Amino acid sequence: MTKIIADHEIVDIRIPANGHLFIVLKSPVDMPTVFPGNFAELHIAKSPEAFLRRPFGILDVDYDKRLISFYVKIVGKGTRELANYKQGEQLNVIYPLGNSFTVSERNKEVLIVGGGSGIATFILLGKSLKQNNVKATYLIGGRAKEDILLTNELKKFGQVLITTEDGSLGEKGFVTDHSIFKSGSFCFDKIYTCGPEPMMKAVGEIAHKHQIDCEVSLENMMACGFGVCLCCVTETKEGNQRVCMEGPVFNTGTLQWF
Amino acid sequence: MADLRIDIHQLHFKNPVTTASGTFGFGEEYDDFLDLDLLGGFFTKGLTLKNREGNDYPRMDETASGMLNAVGLQNKGIDYFINETYPRIKDYDTHIIANINGSTIEEYVEVAEKLNELEKVPAIELNISCPNVKEGGMLFGTSCPSAVAVTQAIRDVYKKTLIVKLSPNVTDIAEIAKAVEGAGADAVSLINTLLGMAVNAETRKPVLSTITGGLSGPAIKPVALRMVWQVFNAINVPVFGIGGIMNATDAIEFMLAGASAIQVGTASFIDPQISIKIIDGINQYLDKNGIKSVNEIIGALEI
Repeated sequence: MTKIIADHEIVDIRIPANGHLFIVLKSPVDMPTVFPGNFAELHIAKSPEAFLRRPFGILDVDYDKRLISFYVKIVGKGTRELANYKQGEQLNVIYPLGNSFTVSERNKEVLIVGGGSGIATFILLGKSLKQNNVKATYLIGGRAKEDILLTNELKKFGQVLITTEDGSLGEKGFVTDHSIFKSGSFCFDKIYTCGPEPMMKAVGEIAHKHQIDCEVSLENMMACGFGVCLCCVTETKEGNQRVCMEGPVFNTGTLQWF
Repeated sequence: MADLRIDIHQLHFKNPVTTASGTFGFGEEYDDFLDLDLLGGFFTKGLTLKNREGNDYPRMDETASGMLNAVGLQNKGIDYFINETYPRIKDYDTHIIANINGSTIEEYVEVAEKLNELEKVPAIELNISCPNVKEGGMLFGTSCPSAVAVTQAIRDVYKKTLIVKLSPNVTDIAEIAKAVEGAGADAVSLINTLLGMAVNAETRKPVLSTITGGLSGPAIKPVALRMVWQVFNAINVPVFGIGGIMNATDAIEFMLAGASAIQVGTASFIDPQISIKIIDGINQYLDKNGIKSVNEIIGALEI
């Protein structure tokens, strides 16, 4: 997989939901193929405080128009500064980085569980599943209805189920409290999950209990994003592995979670 | 086009720009970003006798103008390097310098002996300055007798160019430099990371799993420059300058302070092509100032 590094023009930047940022960049060159789960490293050069690049999952790509988009949660000094960028300005981007979710026609029906900005990678995943005739069900969780994002986009690729901790939208509780897990007919060929780690662990545990193959996308702190700093490692059954190279997608069977 | 060639011991470098151990993997990770053959050389990730898993996560924290790391020499061991990695990278037309580490002198020696056999590795960098391991590492590099002991032991078995990487976490780095020069070092490289620490005020916990870690990036550049200057004035073998070099101007400053060559470290994380831009920038500086050879600026600081 060839990676590119290039300055990209910001063609759209806005705050579609409280605390989130939607960015569309125009590639100056032909785009490499992006697989669901791949990420990019953005250099927020205007920020004196954000010294290192910031990794973000890739929301969507349009190869004809040479567009790459991101859906970012504003959480720290880097993302706060990113939100101050304007249309027409340049951002230096390295991508595609990391491995990707495995999508197979052999799986007839899959469940995709996410929360927060973790769901950003689910658009490309949904497209890929659809191309492979895999039926997808999305289960999206958040604290309140304001945290439930991108549902209209996700509906294009499958049924969308929702939970909120305060019950303001969908079923009340955590994603793992959803009635789908209690239904006697609960049966999926595969589960994908991306979001806060406690959520992913809880989902992974359910998958483990039902002996369903499960892939998680991890989000460790990284300095480089392309395999050399060895800062982002996670413990696996084969030793410490880099989230930026051997990941970010790991099969829960290889992690030391259970 | 000025002459960028420099010599370190018996080795001819096409230019003084190399990349620091631990920030450049084994070179091949950068294939998509730059032509490695343009570099003066690169220093491999630290190698040890056996596989090391390194420290627990979290291993890094971003700081003001820099970062802390506590990787702890994660690597697959010297035999994996020789059998798997080396055949893939040996044909780069640049100097591949192996950075070696050990918990004991015997381990260092065994690794160095194995590297004698590799035709395309013309030098080793003896790392006696890693702050992130419990045994060996910086412990060897912070006292003269132990620095001499390990350097001498490697000198006895290693036939090619021996570079010793020094720790800044000492009272007098010039004393250590003189000691390793006396023990047979052909060059020294400095500085390794400065021992530091980060605290999370909300959780009241240290940020790094190891509590302390090594500080790198432009935050340490003034300290590194001062140490390069002190060491340059204390010894007769060449110095590789390292510490927060982000651009060609930084590299030139290190050379003026006495470095014969430089290593680009943390900057490669932010711009993986920066080492090539630094080569171009040095060339432009020399041309602009009518300097024919880069050798003319080594230690040319005017006091």
